[in-house]
Amino acid sequence: MNRHYMFSLIAVLLLFLIAYVGVAAVGLEVLFGIIIPYAAIVVFTVGFIYRIVGWARSPVPFRIPTTCGQQKSLPIFKQAKIDNPSTKGNVVIRMILEIVLFRSLFRNTKVKVKEGGKLFYGYELWLWLFALAFHYAFATVLVRHLRFFTEPVPQWLQLLENVDSFMQIGLPGVFLSGVVLLAAVTLLFLRRVLLPQIRYISLANDYFPLVLIFGIAFTGILMRYFIKVDVVGAKELAYGLVSFHPTIPEGIGAVFYVHVFFVSVLLAYFPFSKLMHLGGIFMSPTRNLPTNTREVRHVNPWSYPVKVHTYEEYEDEFREKMVEAELPVDKELPPEPEEPEADETSEEKE
Amino acid sequence: MPTNNKRMYDKGMVLAGLVIFVVVVTFPFWYNLGKAAPPPEPVLTEKAKAAEKCVESTEFMKAEHMQLLDVWRDTVVRDAKRAYINPEGKTYMMSLSNTCLDCHDNKADFCDKCHNYASVRPYCWDCHIDNPKETE
Repeated sequence: MNRHYMFSLIAVLLLFLIAYVGVAAVGLEVLFGIIIPYAAIVVFTVGFIYRIVGWARSPVPFRIPTTCGQQKSLPIFKQAKIDNPSTKGNVVIRMILEIVLFRSLFRNTKVKVKEGGKLFYGYELWLWLFALAFHYAFATVLVRHLRFFTEPVPQWLQLLENVDSFMQIGLPGVFLSGVVLLAAVTLLFLRRVLLPQIRYISLANDYFPLVLIFGIAFTGILMRYFIKVDVVGAKELAYGLVSFHPTIPEGIGAVFYVHVFFVSVLLAYFPFSKLMHLGGIFMSPTRNLPTNTREVRHVNPWSYPVKVHTYEEYEDEFREKMVEAELPVDKELPPEPEEPEADETSEEKE
Repeated sequence: MPTNNKRMYDKGMVLAGLVIFVVVVTFPFWYNLGKAAPPPEPVLTEKAKAAEKCVESTEFMKAEHMQLLDVWRDTVVRDAKRAYINPEGKTYMMSLSNTCLDCHDNKADFCDKCHNYASVRPYCWDCHIDNPKETE
């Protein structure tokens, strides 16, 4: 037992009960089907922008090169152009590969002492694999849901659905992305619970999104394959939301509202949580800055303009007195050859 | 000059990114602008109306018709059994073309209405095109 994941499990269970009882017993369909989803999408969008702007206001004056290859140097050294980019174009390539393939996660290594006391370093690719499966499955599920929010359903979306269900298992046809999402989120959760080192550093805010996403995928699969929610009614409600004519069709069932409530909670929770890595990845200084520390001098833009009095200014001010006192000076007094002396003599004459 | 918290760094890039974000997030809102999509109302033929009841209850058919057809197909193809007895004891012939489409011969106004709305493309019609009467 661990209070961190117990807290998350109980929180999601409570959310389930709130929505289920709220709809099935109290009849708050309008609250859970219209008001909360609208509020959630507003909180998500505004909160997301707020967080990004907050990050954009943090100056990053210097390069933080956590690189994985040779920096640009003399022509005899071959530069690792993507792992240690020195131009914007190569940075864009590094960013795209990071976002699409999670290359940083791929470099995840493990250390262990092998038999005979030999130290062993090796790739640890399971996390990378499950993370990749999870993100792509979630993205596919998310995009697929646009069929509830668009009419007519765009051609490319139908193509995606066909690809996702191409195994033609059962009826209604199994969408592979949903199964992969549920499996991957379960494994990511179990990883945190079962591995002692990971459990030690995991907090409630690590477990909660995983449990919540599990709840979303679970209720979704339940509705599609098992309890057979009225899909036309579900679309009527969803379409009503995005066309600003919200309606509550009869008889969709409480599980549907639980699903919508879970998604609303996830959206509203998003900007204030670790899930903001969706936006944060674009703002990562270690990934989005070219490593040109040797080519360009980076000046701290927020350096306070300290009022200084340099030695040169000091000497300018006191040079005559210094010369009089026979102190050494960097710059001699302006040569006063003939003319000034002549002036002085003429003054004396007057 | 102390840190000016009002200043945004790389303003152009960040704002461009945020604009893309907002456009993507609000996709369903602007995609449907000015379009109305009333929920579909499948049309029953005179024959279907006269029959009053389908093979099973309307609620069952609405939720489970695809599974029923799946079971029918497997039973007919694998076990060569064609008789379906519903809870009321009435016997039907397990056949999409001869039983279902006999009453519901208006695919465009009945089947397609909801299927298109929910973006479902069943592969029934890959073989059973335009209600061809099966010959046995």
